[in-house]
Amino acid sequence: MAQLRVNPTRMELKKIQARYDTARRGHKLLKDKRDELMKKFLDIVREDKVLRERVEAGLAGIYRSFAVASAVTGHEIMVESLIMPGREVALDVGYKNLMSVTVPEFRAEILGDGGAAVFNYGLAFTSGELDASLRELAALLPYLIRMAELEKAAQLLAGEIEKTRRRVNALEYIIIPQYLETMKSIRMKLEENERGNTTRLMKVKDMMIEKKIMSKRRDAEEE
Amino acid sequence: MYKIGIIGERDSVLGFMSLGFSVHEVSDAGEAAGVLHKLVNSGEYAIIFIVENLAERLAGEIEAAKYHELTLPAIISLPGNSANTGYGMSAIKNAVKRAVGADIIFNKD
Repeated sequence: MAQLRVNPTRMELKKIQARYDTARRGHKLLKDKRDELMKKFLDIVREDKVLRERVEAGLAGIYRSFAVASAVTGHEIMVESLIMPGREVALDVGYKNLMSVTVPEFRAEILGDGGAAVFNYGLAFTSGELDASLRELAALLPYLIRMAELEKAAQLLAGEIEKTRRRVNALEYIIIPQYLETMKSIRMKLEENERGNTTRLMKVKDMMIEKKIMSKRRDAEEE
Repeated sequence: MYKIGIIGERDSVLGFMSLGFSVHEVSDAGEAAGVLHKLVNSGEYAIIFIVENLAERLAGEIEAAKYHELTLPAIISLPGNSANTGYGMSAIKNAVKRAVGADIIFNKD
């Protein structure tokens, strides 16, 4: 395992110990963040799945009755009837903060006059199928908008989760082991130095004692 | 105030005119890509719906432009008049896979 290249001193050891503590704390926080993001994300996706199924089923029905209307009245008249809508939909966008991810919230506002304006054409040349399918489509609008909101949130959260997960893994499998390894090696080096020191002292003491014994012996011989 | 846009072939998007969406008719993916970039860059749109078969072909382009990371607009695929590819659903599925690392919501079906 890789370790940092630092001088094996007590000062470096203290520094790395502090960094290790920070990394541990950061790792725990990020892990909590990831779990919470995941929970929110899954809630959103579950709701979105239900909504999308409903929207897709609704749209399939609408396309069918559109095809019928188109067959009955002819394509040109259809286009003519629809090309000038009586209303315009505008979105008011708010922002929500979901675990530090900014997520848009949509509120639709329908400009032009309300319900009747969906049918902005004379009823004489168009078929009843068209009216019905347009009414269904108008009813589907709130779901469409909610679905867009949810899917956008899901996209943004998925990106954030991916980023957070990468950070958590980097801390867990690279940074923290690296610090541990480095601290261990510094401790070992320091202990080694300590032992070397002790041995040296013992050796010096031995030499001193030997010298003393020799000098005492010499004194005894001279007398 | 933002607008809602929809990009797709004529038959798929015609009806959305009546809702007051701003409708952009295109005939192929290349044209759709051009329109999409124009709409995103205009900054007037909060939601851009794309009909599924086109969305599928534009996926790489959207990825490359990093539109998913923008807060606005939301680019959402919808089934079209013909050839419902199920791409919209699979897009969520992929998002789950990306975030969780495994598909834990759709594995039932």
